[in-house]
Amino acid sequence: MPRAGDNLSAEQLKQNFADLPAPLELDEALTDAARCLYCFDAPCTRACPTHIDIPKFIRQIMHRNSIGAAQTILEENILGGSCARACPTEVLCEGACVDNTLLKAPVQIGRLQRYACDAATAKGVRFFEAPPPTGKRVAIVGSGPAGLSCAHELRRAGHEVVVFEARDIPGGLNTLGISAYKISTEFSLSEVELVQQIGVDIRLNHHVDADGLRQLVADYDAVFMGIGLGRTAPLGIENEDAPGVWEALDFIFQTHTKPFEDCEIGKHVLVIGAGNTAADIATQATRLGAEKVTIAYRRGEEAMPAFAYEYEYMKSDGVLFDWHAQPNRVVVSDGVATGVEFIRTKLADPSSRTSKLSTISGSEFVICADMIVKALGQVPLSGLLDSLPNLKVDSGKVSIDPATGATSIPKLFAGGDCISKGGEIVDAVQQGKIAARGINGSL
Amino acid sequence: MALPDLTTEFCGVSAPNPFWLASAPPTNSAYQVRRAFEAGWGGAVWKTLNHEPIVNVSSRYGAVDYDGRKILGLNNIELITDRTLEVNLREIAEVKRDFPNHALFVSLMVETKRETWHDIVKQTQDTGADGIELNFGCPHGMSERGMGAAVGQVPEYTRMITEWVKEVATIPVIVKLTPNVTHVATVGRAAAEGGADAISLINTINSIIGIDLDTLAPKPSVRGKGSHGGYCGPAVKPIALNMVSECARDKDINIPISGIGGIQSWQDAVEFMLVGAGSVQVCTAVMHYGFRIVEHLISGMQGWMLERGYKSTSDFVGLSVPNIRHWGDLDLNYKVVAEIDQEKCVHCGLCYIACEDGCHQSIEREQQPVDEYLASNGHRAELLRSGGITVVPGAGEDYVNILTINQDTCVGCNMCSLVCPVDRCISMKEVDTGKAPMSWSEYQEGLAAGTIDKIQPPEHV
Ligand SMILES: Cc1cc2nc3c(=O)[nH]c(=O)nc-3n(C[C@H](O)[C@H](O)[C@H](O)COP(=O)(O)OP(=O)(O)OC[C@H]3O[C@@H](n4cnc5c(N)ncnc54)[C@H](O)[C@@H]3O)c2cc1C
Ligand SMILES: Cc1cc2nc3c(=O)[nH]c(=O)nc-3n(C[C@H](O)[C@H](O)[C@H](O)COP(=O)(O)O)c2cc1C
Ligand code: SF4
Ligand code: SF4
Ligand code: SF4
Repeated sequence: MPRAGDNLSAEQLKQNFADLPAPLELDEALTDAARCLYCFDAPCTRACPTHIDIPKFIRQIMHRNSIGAAQTILEENILGGSCARACPTEVLCEGACVDNTLLKAPVQIGRLQRYACDAATAKGVRFFEAPPPTGKRVAIVGSGPAGLSCAHELRRAGHEVVVFEARDIPGGLNTLGISAYKISTEFSLSEVELVQQIGVDIRLNHHVDADGLRQLVADYDAVFMGIGLGRTAPLGIENEDAPGVWEALDFIFQTHTKPFEDCEIGKHVLVIGAGNTAADIATQATRLGAEKVTIAYRRGEEAMPAFAYEYEYMKSDGVLFDWHAQPNRVVVSDGVATGVEFIRTKLADPSSRTSKLSTISGSEFVICADMIVKALGQVPLSGLLDSLPNLKVDSGKVSIDPATGATSIPKLFAGGDCISKGGEIVDAVQQGKIAARGINGSL
Repeated sequence: MALPDLTTEFCGVSAPNPFWLASAPPTNSAYQVRRAFEAGWGGAVWKTLNHEPIVNVSSRYGAVDYDGRKILGLNNIELITDRTLEVNLREIAEVKRDFPNHALFVSLMVETKRETWHDIVKQTQDTGADGIELNFGCPHGMSERGMGAAVGQVPEYTRMITEWVKEVATIPVIVKLTPNVTHVATVGRAAAEGGADAISLINTINSIIGIDLDTLAPKPSVRGKGSHGGYCGPAVKPIALNMVSECARDKDINIPISGIGGIQSWQDAVEFMLVGAGSVQVCTAVMHYGFRIVEHLISGMQGWMLERGYKSTSDFVGLSVPNIRHWGDLDLNYKVVAEIDQEKCVHCGLCYIACEDGCHQSIEREQQPVDEYLASNGHRAELLRSGGITVVPGAGEDYVNILTINQDTCVGCNMCSLVCPVDRCISMKEVDTGKAPMSWSEYQEGLAAGTIDKIQPPEHV
């Protein structure tokens, strides 16, 4: 497989992966902050899953108190810097902003949030301190957004917190899975540091299996499970494991674990699926220098699960779209994948993502590609979940009490993608926070 | 229909329009005044002259910004002209020769000596200038030397110096008043008694614009120290408007008024004229944006006159004077209440919190479920569909705040309509109280005579 560095210089690649959108300068921040109406019971705050007091922090920016603004943000969301960069603000805070109605464009809440967090980081301000120890110990499994948020909140309450992480790098998908032009690896790790700063002990290379988990539940006063999800779901078609066929996460992880020049990239990249993961891959593939990138999806444009702004990124990057194409089999020659055979689909209601789908016989066609990326959703970590018979799991999601994060096993709490089967960073942060409060109440 | 002619006569001097530059930095030199007249200004009052040029400090100006807008108010610690009298007088003569149809006044301020005043007035008249303005208003620097506000704050001095000037003046004399007094009309009367042909107001207001939070020095700062200065710009307009109207209503003044203070739009100018100003003068707005703003002043005023059928500025000068009354004359039985146009509302909640915390707890807030909100046709939000999610501006946690006025307890204070960001979303509606108009004085009389019941206080929570 060719490497990105074969065609593009390191400098060019760095530029291709520069922050999107770019950080705001002071004057831009002040101008945008001045647009905020300082709503009462603000819709944006209500629409933010972590309920950051947005009018308050924007007013703080406007009155040149970015440090105070950062505190307002981090108080509710310790990954406020990541969320500022990667949240789908269009459907969250910014979607709710009343300026959408008044001025036909929302206040740029995400970018302002980043502005404030960056200002605090640049000054090296530390907002949080652990109070005197309570003598209680909590174990956290998984150092993704859910685990980090839960750990931080518990540490702020004075408990001893140990995080067990299977990988050799902390942060979960926040570090490895988010497009590098949204959150760089370094930035994610700097947020992990915020959590370590107040005394959270993160132990890497520490995979917790079912027995280990039972042991933690026995040894600790409470355990939080923020293990996220597993591999990308299989397509269930012939030759899908042939060389040249990639898992979504493997494709993305390489941009965080190697220099961009060393990332493998095909000449023609075919992405199967049209969700946000597929969108990220298509956009990254063009930025790594693929000549042609095609998204193939079995439904139409109207039912595309990717957010509108992700679609805009793809279109501006020149990604091609093949709608109503359902994969039949991977075409292999000389033991290597060279394309995918599709069949055309027909939908009863094209605008519905759940509408019944039928295929048009005889409509088979092949899209050639030297790199094929499977970008369906991730599957649950059934290996671990199934070996805990007392754990109630509902269609792949760990069942919890939404008010406390408590699972069906006493002392075991959960949050993040493992309870939702895939949400956003900000959801995981909030669920970690709720569970921390639940744990606090239970101790 | 032809646009109305704005030619305006002010104390006997005619100008193409009522817009004059106030005596200030924009009228410092022939270069500037020429460019101003070419840009369309009808008149100018030359930067204040003295026999000896003064020495200024650096820096000189400070400003109040408000939530993203620059220069809501400006203050300065600058003095009068820093150029020689000779140069100024020569330039004035040249400009007047080249612009015979424009109003060119010259601002003067000298020591309180009769001969000194006589001398400068005579020298000024020799230039061919149309008139003189006596600067009795500068609140800083000059006042410590017994000039400017030191004169304007004492009615006797104002009258005396005006008399001195009038002893030799052959051209109209305007007395420029300081706002830094308890009752501006008292000084206005003194000027009229001294023989002034007109008054102009206001000069700048005593102020400290702010403190630099790094250096802890006042702004503007001169090597870490500062001094009070003169405040002007849009923020002072309401104060100036009141002072002009006080003078316009004062029967003992009865001479033309040139209105000054915070004028930046044509509406401001029209308002000054409605409360009695025969011409208006502008400083800060020009310092901020340049001479070109006069085009907007002209076209705005013409458009308004056309709409209302006025043919000349004299048709509307002073028309609002009879409407400005003592509080005691107002009708206690008149009532308005607020009303929200639900189709315009964007659900910011600002009216609610304003009334709840600062007014009369008369706005009800209902958390309407989003689906009910979408089913109603009272909303104006444009919905976005993204990733299968319908985005509803104004909504969060599955509800939208719907605000309604409780008109039984609303006192009609206007506050909600003032905070609402949407044009004409909250309006104030007159309600019929069924009672005949009654002023406070009539109320007092009625109470004393026992013919009227005591008005009960409004109900509060
Ligand atoms: C391709 C992709 C792109 C995305 N882009 C965005 C985006 O732009 N914006 C956004 O808001 N969200 C995005 N998301 C979603 C977001 O990344 C997740 O919702 C979020 O990371 C979930 O956090 P989590 O803590 O639940 O799980 P994860 O981030 O998955 O973290 C789980 C952690 O647990 C560890 N772990 C798992 N099992 C064990 C075990 N047995 N023992 C020890 N450790 C274990 C894992 O190694 C991992 O570090 C994206 C997701 C994907 C897949
Ligand atoms: C920097 C500055 C200098 C001024 N100098 C004079 C002056 O020399 N003589 C004078 O009569 N008024 C002077 N003024 C006052 C203005 O003429 C005017 O009365 C005042 O600024 C209010 O008008 P505005 O709000 O349009 O600026 C000065 C104002 C400023 C800002
Ligand atoms: S909804 Fe928009 S305008 Fe209102 S507080 Fe939030 S960001 Fe500001
Ligand atoms: S007019 Fe005043 S009292 Fe009436 S609703 Fe508005 S703010 Fe409240
Ligand atoms: S201030 Fe205006 S827009 Fe905002 S909630 Fe009240 S009525 Fe609606």
